[in-house]
Amino acid sequence: MMIRVIKGIPLYCLAIVILMVTGLPFLIMTLTSFKGQMEFMTSPWSIPESFSLENYLLLVELNFFGYFANSLIVSVISVIIVIIIAAMASYPLARLKFRLNRPIFILFMVGMMIPIHTTLVPIFILTNKMGLYDSLFGLIGPYIAFALPVSIVIFTQFMRDIPKELEESAKMDGCSHLRLFWNIIFPLLTPAVATVAIYNFIHIWNEFIFALVLTNSSQNATLPIGLREFYGEFSVNIPGIMATLTLGSLPLLLVYFIAQEKIVTGLAAGSVKG
Amino acid sequence: MSKAQEFSINGMARVRKRKKNKDTWAIIGFIAPAFIIYGVYVIYSIFMTFYYSTFNWTGIDANMVFIGLENYKQLFQDGVFWTSIQNNFLLVIASLLTQLPVGLIMALLLFSPIKGIRLFRSVYFMPFLMSTVAIGILFIFIYEGNYGLLNSILGAIGLESLETAWIGKENTAIWAVIATVCWQFAPFYMILFRATIVGIPEELYEAADIDGASGWQRFKNITLPLLRPIIITSAILSVIGSLKYFDLIYVMTGGGPNNSTELMATYMYKQTFTNFNMGYGSSISFSMFIIAFIVTAFMLLGDKSNGGNE
Repeated sequence: MMIRVIKGIPLYCLAIVILMVTGLPFLIMTLTSFKGQMEFMTSPWSIPESFSLENYLLLVELNFFGYFANSLIVSVISVIIVIIIAAMASYPLARLKFRLNRPIFILFMVGMMIPIHTTLVPIFILTNKMGLYDSLFGLIGPYIAFALPVSIVIFTQFMRDIPKELEESAKMDGCSHLRLFWNIIFPLLTPAVATVAIYNFIHIWNEFIFALVLTNSSQNATLPIGLREFYGEFSVNIPGIMATLTLGSLPLLLVYFIAQEKIVTGLAAGSVKG
Repeated sequence: MSKAQEFSINGMARVRKRKKNKDTWAIIGFIAPAFIIYGVYVIYSIFMTFYYSTFNWTGIDANMVFIGLENYKQLFQDGVFWTSIQNNFLLVIASLLTQLPVGLIMALLLFSPIKGIRLFRSVYFMPFLMSTVAIGILFIFIYEGNYGLLNSILGAIGLESLETAWIGKENTAIWAVIATVCWQFAPFYMILFRATIVGIPEELYEAADIDGASGWQRFKNITLPLLRPIIITSAILSVIGSLKYFDLIYVMTGGGPNNSTELMATYMYKQTFTNFNMGYGSSISFSMFIIAFIVTAFMLLGDKSNGGNE
Protein backbone atom coordinates (compact mmCIF):
# COMPACT_ATOMS: atom_id res chain seq x y z
CA MET A 1 0.00 0.00 0.00
CA MET A 2 1.30 3.41 -0.89
CA ILE A 3 0.51 6.76 0.58
CA ARG A 4 1.90 9.40 -1.69
CA VAL A 5 1.73 12.70 0.09
CA ILE A 6 4.98 13.86 -1.44
CA LYS A 7 6.95 12.35 -4.28
CA GLY A 8 10.30 12.30 -6.00
CA ILE A 9 13.32 14.22 -4.85
CA PRO A 10 11.82 15.98 -1.79
CA LEU A 11 10.61 12.59 -0.59
CA TYR A 12 14.10 11.10 -0.86
CA CYS A 13 15.68 14.14 0.79
CA LEU A 14 13.36 13.90 3.77
CA ALA A 15 13.78 10.14 4.05
CA ILE A 16 17.56 10.44 3.93
CA VAL A 17 17.73 13.28 6.44
CA ILE A 18 15.74 11.17 8.91
CA LEU A 19 17.93 8.17 8.08
CA MET A 20 21.01 10.22 8.96
CA VAL A 21 19.54 11.56 12.19
CA THR A 22 18.45 8.12 13.39
CA GLY A 23 21.38 6.12 12.04
CA LEU A 24 24.41 8.41 12.23
CA PRO A 25 24.84 8.24 16.02
CA PHE A 26 24.96 4.44 15.78
CA LEU A 27 27.44 4.54 12.92
CA ILE A 28 29.76 7.00 14.67
CA MET A 29 29.52 5.08 17.94
CA THR A 30 30.48 1.81 16.26
CA LEU A 31 33.27 3.30 14.15
CA THR A 32 34.80 5.16 17.09
CA SER A 33 34.83 1.99 19.15
CA PHE A 34 37.48 0.55 16.80
CA LYS A 35 39.84 3.49 17.23
CA GLY A 36 42.82 3.90 19.50
CA GLN A 37 42.84 6.73 22.01
CA MET A 38 45.57 8.64 20.19
CA GLU A 39 43.75 8.47 16.91
CA PHE A 40 40.58 9.78 18.53
CA MET A 41 42.44 12.78 19.95
CA THR A 42 43.83 13.83 16.60
CA SER A 43 40.66 13.32 14.54
CA PRO A 44 37.70 12.44 16.71
CA TRP A 45 34.97 11.71 14.17
CA SER A 46 36.86 10.47 11.11
CA ILE A 47 36.66 6.92 9.78
CA PRO A 48 39.20 4.80 11.67
CA GLU A 49 42.48 4.06 9.87
CA SER A 50 42.47 0.49 11.05
CA PHE A 51 39.93 -1.55 12.93
CA SER A 52 41.48 -2.45 16.24
CA LEU A 53 39.71 -4.78 18.63
CA GLU A 54 41.77 -3.50 21.54
CA ASN A 55 38.80 -1.83 23.27
CA TYR A 56 36.64 -4.91 23.01
CA LEU A 57 39.37 -7.14 24.40
CA LEU A 58 39.65 -4.74 27.32
CA LEU A 59 35.92 -5.09 27.96
CA VAL A 60 36.14 -8.87 27.98
CA GLU A 61 39.03 -8.60 30.41
CA LEU A 62 37.02 -6.34 32.71
CA ASN A 63 34.23 -8.91 32.84
CA PHE A 64 31.69 -6.87 30.91
CA PHE A 65 29.78 -10.07 30.24
CA GLY A 66 28.95 -10.40 33.92
CA TYR A 67 26.48 -7.53 33.42
CA PHE A 68 24.99 -9.32 30.44
CA ALA A 69 24.48 -12.45 32.48
CA ASN A 70 22.79 -10.47 35.27
CA SER A 71 20.46 -8.68 32.88
CA LEU A 72 19.61 -11.91 31.14
CA ILE A 73 18.83 -13.73 34.39
CA VAL A 74 16.66 -10.93 35.75
CA SER A 75 14.80 -10.36 32.46
CA VAL A 76 14.13 -14.01 31.69
CA ILE A 77 12.94 -14.95 35.19
CA SER A 78 10.74 -11.85 35.48
CA VAL A 79 9.17 -12.33 32.04
CA ILE A 80 8.40 -16.02 32.66
CA ILE A 81 6.74 -15.31 36.01
CA VAL A 82 4.81 -12.37 34.56
CA ILE A 83 3.46 -14.51 31.73
CA ILE A 84 2.26 -17.22 34.11
CA ILE A 85 0.68 -15.12 36.83
CA ALA A 86 -0.72 -12.47 34.49
CA ALA A 87 -2.35 -15.13 32.32
CA MET A 88 -3.75 -16.79 35.44
CA ALA A 89 -5.20 -13.55 36.80
CA SER A 90 -6.68 -12.73 33.41
CA TYR A 91 -8.57 -16.01 33.22
CA PRO A 92 -11.28 -15.18 35.79
CA LEU A 93 -11.23 -11.51 34.76
CA ALA A 94 -11.98 -12.42 31.16
CA ARG A 95 -14.20 -15.48 31.47
CA LEU A 96 -15.97 -15.57 34.82
CA LYS A 97 -18.67 -13.33 36.23
CA PHE A 98 -18.19 -12.08 39.77
CA ARG A 99 -18.94 -8.91 41.62
CA LEU A 100 -15.39 -7.61 42.01
CA ASN A 101 -14.40 -8.38 38.43
CA ARG A 102 -14.52 -4.81 37.09
CA PRO A 103 -12.98 -3.11 40.17
CA ILE A 104 -10.04 -5.53 40.22
CA PHE A 105 -9.44 -5.08 36.51
CA ILE A 106 -9.48 -1.28 36.88
CA LEU A 107 -7.17 -1.49 39.87
CA PHE A 108 -4.62 -3.33 37.73
CA MET A 109 -5.12 -0.92 34.83
CA VAL A 110 -4.41 2.10 37.00
CA GLY A 111 -0.92 0.71 37.48
CA MET A 112 0.01 1.86 34.00
CA MET A 113 -0.06 5.53 34.91
CA ILE A 114 1.67 5.24 38.28
CA PRO A 115 5.15 6.79 38.25
CA ILE A 116 7.77 4.33 39.45
CA HIS A 117 9.18 7.09 41.64
CA THR A 118 6.02 7.12 43.73
CA THR A 119 6.83 3.60 44.90
CA LEU A 120 10.59 3.97 45.08
CA VAL A 121 11.17 4.76 48.76
CA PRO A 122 8.79 2.11 50.16
CA ILE A 123 10.16 -0.52 47.77
CA PHE A 124 13.70 0.44 48.76
CA ILE A 125 12.85 0.03 52.45
CA LEU A 126 10.86 -3.15 51.86
CA THR A 127 13.67 -4.70 49.85
CA ASN A 128 16.10 -3.91 52.65
CA LYS A 129 13.79 -5.45 55.22
CA MET A 130 13.40 -8.61 53.16
CA GLY A 131 17.18 -8.89 52.99
CA LEU A 132 17.08 -8.63 49.21
CA TYR A 133 18.96 -5.35 48.86
CA ASP A 134 21.79 -5.60 46.34
CA SER A 135 20.66 -8.93 44.94
CA LEU A 136 19.21 -9.88 41.57
CA PHE A 137 16.16 -11.30 43.31
CA GLY A 138 15.40 -7.93 44.82
CA LEU A 139 14.86 -6.58 41.31
CA ILE A 140 12.54 -9.31 40.13
CA GLY A 141 9.66 -8.37 42.47
CA PRO A 142 9.30 -4.75 41.32
CA TYR A 143 9.87 -5.73 37.68
CA ILE A 144 7.03 -8.24 37.86
CA ALA A 145 4.74 -5.83 39.70
CA PHE A 146 5.16 -3.07 37.13
CA ALA A 147 4.86 -5.46 34.17
CA LEU A 148 1.57 -6.91 35.44
CA PRO A 149 -0.86 -4.13 34.40
CA VAL A 150 0.01 -4.14 30.69
CA SER A 151 0.26 -7.91 30.61
CA ILE A 152 -3.10 -8.46 32.30
CA VAL A 153 -4.81 -6.01 29.95
CA ILE A 154 -3.34 -7.77 26.91
CA PHE A 155 -4.23 -11.26 28.14
CA THR A 156 -7.73 -10.29 29.27
CA GLN A 157 -8.59 -8.70 25.93
CA PHE A 158 -7.23 -11.70 24.10
CA MET A 159 -9.06 -14.23 26.26
CA ARG A 160 -12.40 -12.49 25.89
CA ASP A 161 -12.30 -13.32 22.18
CA ILE A 162 -11.87 -17.07 22.70
CA PRO A 163 -15.25 -18.74 22.02
CA LYS A 164 -17.10 -19.89 25.15
CA GLU A 165 -18.18 -23.23 23.64
CA LEU A 166 -14.67 -24.55 24.05
CA GLU A 167 -14.75 -24.59 27.80
CA GLU A 168 -18.43 -25.39 28.11
CA SER A 169 -17.87 -28.86 26.69
CA ALA A 170 -14.89 -29.27 28.98
CA LYS A 171 -17.00 -28.20 31.96
CA MET A 172 -19.56 -30.86 31.07
CA ASP A 173 -16.81 -33.41 31.47
CA GLY A 174 -16.25 -32.11 34.99
CA CYS A 175 -12.99 -30.39 34.16
CA SER A 176 -11.66 -28.16 36.96
CA HIS A 177 -10.81 -24.51 36.32
CA LEU A 178 -7.14 -25.26 36.71
CA ARG A 179 -7.15 -28.02 34.08
CA LEU A 180 -9.39 -25.93 31.86
CA PHE A 181 -6.94 -23.05 32.05
CA TRP A 182 -3.77 -25.05 31.53
CA ASN A 183 -4.97 -27.55 28.95
CA ILE A 184 -7.41 -25.51 26.92
CA ILE A 185 -7.02 -21.75 27.37
CA PHE A 186 -3.29 -21.29 27.90
CA PRO A 187 -2.21 -23.12 24.72
CA LEU A 188 -4.45 -20.77 22.71
CA LEU A 189 -2.71 -17.69 24.07
CA THR A 190 0.50 -18.02 22.03
CA PRO A 191 0.16 -14.72 20.11
CA ALA A 192 -0.63 -12.81 23.31
CA VAL A 193 2.24 -14.53 25.11
CA ALA A 194 4.60 -13.37 22.35
CA THR A 195 3.39 -9.78 22.71
CA VAL A 196 3.68 -9.82 26.49
CA ALA A 197 7.11 -11.45 26.38
CA ILE A 198 8.58 -9.05 23.80
CA TYR A 199 7.12 -5.93 25.35
CA ASN A 200 8.23 -6.74 28.87
CA PHE A 201 11.61 -8.17 27.95
CA ILE A 202 12.66 -4.99 26.17
CA HIS A 203 11.50 -2.79 29.05
CA ILE A 204 13.07 -4.91 31.78
CA TRP A 205 16.32 -5.38 29.85
CA ASN A 206 16.73 -1.59 29.66
CA GLU A 207 15.28 -0.77 33.09
CA PHE A 208 17.38 1.70 35.01
CA ILE A 209 15.85 3.30 38.11
CA PHE A 210 15.12 0.19 40.20
CA ALA A 211 18.52 -1.24 39.31
CA LEU A 212 20.11 2.05 40.37
CA VAL A 213 18.36 2.16 43.73
CA LEU A 214 18.13 -1.52 44.68
CA THR A 215 21.61 -2.77 43.80
CA ASN A 216 24.94 -1.50 44.90
CA SER A 217 27.84 -3.78 43.92
CA SER A 218 29.14 -4.29 40.38
CA GLN A 219 28.68 -7.98 40.95
CA ASN A 220 24.89 -7.58 41.02
CA ALA A 221 24.61 -4.74 38.53
CA THR A 222 22.57 -5.09 35.36
CA LEU A 223 23.66 -3.83 31.96
CA PRO A 224 22.38 -0.22 32.17
CA ILE A 225 24.20 0.22 35.50
CA GLY A 226 27.27 -1.44 34.02
CA LEU A 227 27.28 1.04 31.15
CA ARG A 228 27.39 3.90 33.61
CA GLU A 229 30.13 2.29 35.66
CA PHE A 230 32.31 1.85 32.59
CA TYR A 231 31.55 5.41 31.54
CA GLY A 232 32.93 6.59 34.87
CA GLU A 233 35.87 4.21 34.81
CA PHE A 234 37.05 4.93 31.28
CA SER A 235 36.66 8.72 31.76
CA VAL A 236 38.95 9.99 28.97
CA ASN A 237 39.14 6.76 26.97
CA ILE A 238 36.27 7.70 24.69
CA PRO A 239 36.75 4.90 22.13
CA GLY A 240 36.59 2.53 25.11
CA ILE A 241 33.27 4.05 26.17
CA MET A 242 31.94 3.75 22.62
CA ALA A 243 32.93 0.08 22.60
CA THR A 244 30.96 -0.36 25.83
CA LEU A 245 27.90 1.31 24.35
CA THR A 246 28.15 -0.67 21.11
CA LEU A 247 28.49 -3.98 22.88
CA GLY A 248 25.74 -3.05 25.33
CA SER A 249 23.30 -2.19 22.54
CA LEU A 250 24.18 -5.20 20.42
CA PRO A 251 21.97 -7.94 21.95
CA LEU A 252 18.64 -6.18 21.44
CA LEU A 253 19.65 -4.91 17.99
CA LEU A 254 20.68 -8.42 16.93
CA VAL A 255 17.40 -9.89 18.10
CA TYR A 256 15.64 -7.04 16.31
CA PHE A 257 17.40 -7.73 13.01
CA ILE A 258 16.57 -11.42 13.26
CA ALA A 259 12.89 -11.08 14.16
CA GLN A 260 12.10 -7.54 13.06
CA GLU A 261 8.40 -7.87 12.29
CA LYS A 262 7.67 -9.85 15.44
CA ILE A 263 9.39 -7.29 17.66
CA VAL A 264 7.76 -4.30 16.03
CA THR A 265 4.24 -5.73 16.07
CA GLY A 266 4.72 -7.07 19.60
CA LEU A 267 5.77 -3.65 20.85
CA ALA A 268 3.01 -1.85 18.99
CA ALA A 269 0.32 -4.23 20.22
CA GLY A 270 1.63 -4.09 23.78
CA SER A 271 1.68 -0.31 23.89
CA VAL A 272 -1.69 0.29 22.29
CA LYS A 273 -3.53 -2.18 24.47
CA GLY A 274 -1.73 -0.79 27.48
CA MET B 1 -45.96 -27.86 45.23
CA SER B 2 -45.24 -31.54 45.67
CA LYS B 3 -42.59 -32.78 48.00
CA ALA B 4 -40.55 -34.16 45.19
CA GLN B 5 -40.49 -30.84 43.37
CA GLU B 6 -39.48 -29.03 46.54
CA PHE B 7 -36.60 -31.41 47.04
CA SER B 8 -35.38 -31.03 43.54
CA ILE B 9 -35.50 -27.23 43.75
CA ASN B 10 -33.61 -27.27 47.03
CA GLY B 11 -31.15 -29.70 45.50
CA MET B 12 -30.55 -27.51 42.48
CA ALA B 13 -30.04 -24.47 44.66
CA ARG B 14 -27.54 -26.40 46.72
CA VAL B 15 -25.69 -27.60 43.64
CA ARG B 16 -25.61 -24.06 42.30
CA LYS B 17 -24.36 -22.75 45.62
CA ARG B 18 -21.62 -25.35 45.79
CA LYS B 19 -20.58 -24.51 42.24
CA LYS B 20 -20.52 -20.85 43.10
CA ASN B 21 -18.35 -21.59 46.11
CA LYS B 22 -16.02 -23.61 43.95
CA ASP B 23 -15.86 -20.73 41.48
CA THR B 24 -15.07 -18.26 44.25
CA TRP B 25 -12.09 -20.30 45.37
CA ALA B 26 -10.92 -20.69 41.79
CA ILE B 27 -11.22 -16.94 41.23
CA ILE B 28 -9.24 -16.17 44.37
CA GLY B 29 -6.62 -18.77 43.53
CA PHE B 30 -6.11 -17.47 40.01
CA ILE B 31 -5.93 -13.80 40.88
CA ALA B 32 -4.04 -14.07 44.18
CA PRO B 33 -0.42 -14.41 42.93
CA ALA B 34 -0.64 -11.36 40.67
CA PHE B 35 -2.70 -9.43 43.19
CA ILE B 36 -0.32 -10.03 46.08
CA ILE B 37 2.79 -8.94 44.16
CA TYR B 38 1.00 -5.95 42.66
CA GLY B 39 -0.59 -5.10 45.98
CA VAL B 40 2.67 -5.15 47.91
CA TYR B 41 4.92 -3.39 45.43
CA VAL B 42 2.50 -0.89 43.92
CA ILE B 43 -0.62 -0.26 46.03
CA TYR B 44 0.93 -0.60 49.47
CA SER B 45 3.90 1.49 48.30
CA ILE B 46 1.72 4.39 47.23
CA PHE B 47 0.12 4.56 50.68
CA MET B 48 3.49 4.20 52.36
CA THR B 49 4.90 7.03 50.25
CA PHE B 50 2.21 9.31 51.58
CA TYR B 51 2.87 8.02 55.12
CA TYR B 52 6.61 8.68 54.85
CA SER B 53 5.95 12.11 53.41
CA THR B 54 4.49 13.23 56.74
CA PHE B 55 7.81 12.72 58.52
CA ASN B 56 11.09 14.48 58.81
CA TRP B 57 13.35 11.53 58.20
CA THR B 58 16.78 10.87 56.70
CA GLY B 59 15.95 7.27 55.86
CA ILE B 60 19.21 5.96 57.31
CA ASP B 61 18.45 6.19 61.02
CA ALA B 62 15.32 5.29 62.97
CA ASN B 63 14.72 8.88 64.02
CA MET B 64 11.38 9.74 62.37
CA VAL B 65 9.69 12.94 63.44
CA PHE B 66 6.04 13.35 62.52
CA ILE B 67 5.48 16.80 61.01
CA GLY B 68 2.09 16.42 59.30
CA LEU B 69 1.89 18.21 55.98
CA GLU B 70 4.91 20.41 56.70
CA ASN B 71 6.88 18.83 53.82
CA TYR B 72 4.17 19.86 51.37
CA LYS B 73 4.17 23.40 52.72
CA GLN B 74 7.90 23.55 52.17
CA LEU B 75 7.48 22.03 48.71
CA PHE B 76 5.15 24.84 47.68
CA GLN B 77 7.83 27.37 48.52
CA ASP B 78 10.64 25.38 46.91
CA GLY B 79 11.77 27.16 43.74
CA VAL B 80 13.56 24.08 42.41
CA PHE B 81 10.37 22.05 42.68
CA TRP B 82 8.48 24.63 40.62
CA THR B 83 11.29 24.65 38.06
CA SER B 84 11.02 20.90 37.83
CA ILE B 85 7.24 20.97 37.33
CA GLN B 86 7.72 23.61 34.66
CA ASN B 87 10.32 21.45 32.92
CA ASN B 88 8.03 18.43 33.11
CA PHE B 89 5.25 20.34 31.38
CA LEU B 90 7.70 21.76 28.86
CA LEU B 91 8.67 18.16 28.13
CA VAL B 92 4.99 17.19 27.80
CA ILE B 93 4.35 19.93 25.25
CA ALA B 94 7.60 19.40 23.36
CA SER B 95 6.92 15.66 23.20
CA LEU B 96 3.41 16.16 21.83
CA LEU B 97 4.63 18.70 19.27
CA THR B 98 7.71 16.81 18.09
CA GLN B 99 7.51 13.07 18.79
CA LEU B 100 4.02 12.55 17.42
CA PRO B 101 4.34 14.55 14.16
CA VAL B 102 7.85 13.24 13.48
CA GLY B 103 6.69 9.72 14.25
CA LEU B 104 3.79 10.17 11.83
CA ILE B 105 6.03 11.51 9.08
CA MET B 106 8.39 8.58 9.58
CA ALA B 107 5.50 6.10 9.42
CA LEU B 108 4.20 7.72 6.21
CA LEU B 109 7.66 7.59 4.66
CA LEU B 110 7.68 3.83 5.22
CA PHE B 111 4.66 3.55 2.93
CA SER B 112 6.16 5.73 0.21
CA PRO B 113 7.72 4.54 -3.02
CA ILE B 114 11.35 4.63 -1.89
CA LYS B 115 14.05 2.28 -3.11
CA GLY B 116 15.68 0.31 -0.32
CA ILE B 117 12.71 0.75 1.98
CA ARG B 118 13.88 -2.16 4.15
CA LEU B 119 17.02 -0.26 5.12
CA PHE B 120 15.03 2.83 6.05
CA ARG B 121 12.57 0.78 8.06
CA SER B 122 15.28 -1.02 10.00
CA VAL B 123 17.33 2.07 10.82
CA TYR B 124 14.37 4.31 11.70
CA PHE B 125 13.38 2.10 14.56
CA MET B 126 16.84 1.52 16.05
CA PRO B 127 16.91 4.42 18.56
CA PHE B 128 14.02 2.99 20.52
CA LEU B 129 15.82 -0.29 21.17
CA MET B 130 18.97 1.30 22.55
CA SER B 131 19.04 1.47 26.34
CA THR B 132 18.32 4.95 27.64
CA VAL B 133 21.56 4.94 29.58
CA ALA B 134 23.52 4.20 26.41
CA ILE B 135 21.66 6.97 24.57
CA GLY B 136 22.43 9.38 27.37
CA ILE B 137 26.14 8.64 27.36
CA LEU B 138 26.33 8.74 23.56
CA PHE B 139 24.64 12.12 23.39
CA ILE B 140 26.94 13.56 26.03
CA PHE B 141 29.66 13.13 23.41
CA ILE B 142 27.49 14.40 20.60
CA TYR B 143 26.79 17.61 22.56
CA GLU B 144 30.29 17.94 23.99
CA GLY B 145 31.62 21.49 23.72
CA ASN B 146 35.12 21.04 22.30
CA TYR B 147 35.24 18.06 19.98
CA GLY B 148 31.55 16.95 20.14
CA LEU B 149 29.96 15.57 16.99
CA LEU B 150 27.33 18.31 16.72
CA ASN B 151 29.90 21.07 16.98
CA SER B 152 32.16 19.27 14.49
CA ILE B 153 29.30 19.11 11.99
CA LEU B 154 28.41 22.76 12.58
CA GLY B 155 32.07 23.66 12.06
CA ALA B 156 32.29 21.64 8.88
CA ILE B 157 29.32 23.44 7.30
CA GLY B 158 30.54 26.88 8.33
CA LEU B 159 28.29 27.52 11.30
CA GLU B 160 31.05 27.85 13.90
CA SER B 161 29.15 30.72 15.45
CA LEU B 162 26.51 28.30 16.73
CA GLU B 163 28.99 26.02 18.47
CA THR B 164 28.46 25.81 22.20
CA ALA B 165 28.67 23.45 25.15
CA TRP B 166 25.12 22.27 24.56
CA ILE B 167 24.38 20.53 27.85
CA GLY B 168 26.81 22.59 29.90
CA LYS B 169 24.88 25.84 29.58
CA GLU B 170 21.65 26.63 31.35
CA ASN B 171 19.84 28.09 28.36
CA THR B 172 20.62 25.28 25.89
CA ALA B 173 20.70 22.23 28.19
CA ILE B 174 16.95 21.68 28.46
CA TRP B 175 16.48 21.87 24.69
CA ALA B 176 19.41 19.57 24.00
CA VAL B 177 17.94 17.04 26.39
CA ILE B 178 14.41 17.37 24.98
CA ALA B 179 15.78 16.81 21.46
CA THR B 180 17.38 13.60 22.68
CA VAL B 181 14.13 12.41 24.21
CA CYS B 182 12.47 13.06 20.86
CA TRP B 183 15.21 11.15 19.05
CA GLN B 184 14.52 8.18 21.29
CA PHE B 185 10.71 8.17 21.19
CA ALA B 186 9.70 9.33 17.69
CA PRO B 187 10.47 5.81 16.35
CA PHE B 188 8.16 4.37 18.97
CA TYR B 189 5.21 6.42 17.75
CA MET B 190 6.26 5.56 14.21
CA ILE B 191 5.58 1.87 14.84
CA LEU B 192 2.25 2.62 16.51
CA PHE B 193 1.13 4.66 13.49
CA ARG B 194 2.56 2.14 11.07
CA ALA B 195 0.64 -0.72 12.67
CA THR B 196 -2.58 1.24 12.18
CA ILE B 197 -1.86 2.32 8.60
CA VAL B 198 -1.19 -1.31 7.64
CA GLY B 199 -4.74 -2.10 8.68
CA ILE B 200 -6.39 0.51 6.42
CA PRO B 201 -8.16 -1.32 3.57
CA GLU B 202 -6.54 -0.77 0.18
CA GLU B 203 -9.99 -0.31 -1.42
CA LEU B 204 -10.44 3.04 0.29
CA TYR B 205 -7.40 4.40 -1.55
CA GLU B 206 -8.45 2.80 -4.82
CA ALA B 207 -11.82 4.46 -4.55
CA ALA B 208 -10.13 7.78 -3.86
CA ASP B 209 -7.92 7.27 -6.93
CA ILE B 210 -10.97 6.77 -9.10
CA ASP B 211 -12.34 10.05 -7.78
CA GLY B 212 -9.06 11.64 -8.76
CA ALA B 213 -7.96 12.56 -5.24
CA SER B 214 -4.49 14.03 -4.80
CA GLY B 215 -1.93 12.59 -2.43
CA TRP B 216 -2.64 15.24 0.16
CA GLN B 217 -6.41 14.77 -0.15
CA ARG B 218 -6.01 11.04 0.30
CA PHE B 219 -4.00 11.64 3.44
CA LYS B 220 -6.36 14.25 4.84
CA ASN B 221 -9.60 12.44 4.05
CA ILE B 222 -8.68 8.79 4.55
CA THR B 223 -5.47 8.25 6.52
CA LEU B 224 -5.76 10.98 9.10
CA PRO B 225 -9.35 10.31 10.24
CA LEU B 226 -8.60 6.60 10.59
CA LEU B 227 -5.49 7.42 12.59
CA ARG B 228 -7.42 9.55 15.06
CA PRO B 229 -7.88 6.88 17.77
CA ILE B 230 -4.19 5.90 17.69
CA ILE B 231 -3.14 9.55 17.77
CA ILE B 232 -5.20 10.02 20.93
CA THR B 233 -3.71 6.87 22.48
CA SER B 234 -0.23 8.07 21.56
CA ALA B 235 -0.90 11.48 23.05
CA ILE B 236 -1.97 9.89 26.34
CA LEU B 237 1.12 7.64 26.37
CA SER B 238 3.34 10.60 25.57
CA VAL B 239 1.90 12.81 28.32
CA ILE B 240 2.04 10.11 31.00
CA GLY B 241 5.57 9.18 29.93
CA SER B 242 6.76 12.79 30.00
CA LEU B 243 5.39 13.40 33.49
CA LYS B 244 7.40 10.54 34.98
CA TYR B 245 10.48 10.92 32.83
CA PHE B 246 13.82 10.30 34.53
CA ASP B 247 16.51 8.08 32.98
CA LEU B 248 17.94 10.22 30.22
CA ILE B 249 18.06 13.44 32.23
CA TYR B 250 19.65 11.68 35.15
CA VAL B 251 22.39 10.23 32.94
CA MET B 252 23.01 13.32 30.81
CA THR B 253 22.81 16.26 33.21
CA GLY B 254 21.66 14.96 36.58
CA GLY B 255 19.22 17.89 36.55
CA GLY B 256 21.98 20.47 36.12
CA PRO B 257 23.50 22.82 35.28
CA ASN B 258 22.09 24.77 38.20
CA ASN B 259 18.79 22.80 38.21
CA SER B 260 17.96 24.03 34.70
CA THR B 261 17.03 20.52 33.49
CA GLU B 262 15.57 19.32 36.79
CA LEU B 263 12.43 17.18 36.50
CA MET B 264 10.18 16.08 39.36
CA ALA B 265 11.69 12.60 39.18
CA THR B 266 15.33 13.74 39.19
CA TYR B 267 14.65 16.17 42.02
CA MET B 268 12.91 13.44 44.00
CA TYR B 269 15.90 11.15 43.48
CA LYS B 270 18.34 13.88 44.50
CA GLN B 271 16.45 14.72 47.70
CA THR B 272 15.90 11.09 48.66
CA PHE B 273 19.08 9.25 47.76
CA THR B 274 21.70 11.99 47.55
CA ASN B 275 20.62 14.39 50.30
CA PHE B 276 18.97 11.63 52.38
CA ASN B 277 15.78 13.57 52.85
CA MET B 278 13.44 10.61 52.55
CA GLY B 279 10.47 12.40 54.06
CA TYR B 280 10.80 15.39 51.76
CA GLY B 281 11.61 13.16 48.78
CA SER B 282 8.44 11.18 49.47
CA SER B 283 6.37 14.34 49.39
CA ILE B 284 7.78 15.05 45.90
CA SER B 285 7.02 11.54 44.69
CA PHE B 286 3.52 11.64 46.11
CA SER B 287 2.93 14.94 44.33
CA MET B 288 4.08 13.25 41.11
CA PHE B 289 1.42 10.62 41.65
CA ILE B 290 -1.30 13.22 42.23
CA ILE B 291 -0.30 15.21 39.14
CA ALA B 292 -0.13 12.08 36.96
CA PHE B 293 -3.50 10.97 38.30
CA ILE B 294 -5.23 14.28 37.64
CA VAL B 295 -3.77 14.70 34.16
CA THR B 296 -4.63 11.13 33.16
CA ALA B 297 -8.18 11.47 34.47
CA PHE B 298 -8.65 14.68 32.50
CA MET B 299 -7.31 13.13 29.31
CA LEU B 300 -9.48 10.03 29.60
CA LEU B 301 -12.57 12.12 30.35
CA GLY B 302 -11.76 14.47 27.47
CA ASP B 303 -11.33 11.49 25.18
CA LYS B 304 -14.70 10.08 26.24
CA SER B 305 -16.61 13.31 25.78
CA ASN B 306 -15.12 13.63 22.30
CA GLY B 307 -16.58 10.24 21.46
CA GLY B 308 -13.26 8.46 21.96
CA ASN B 309 -12.70 4.87 20.99
CA GLU B 310 -13.27 3.18 24.31
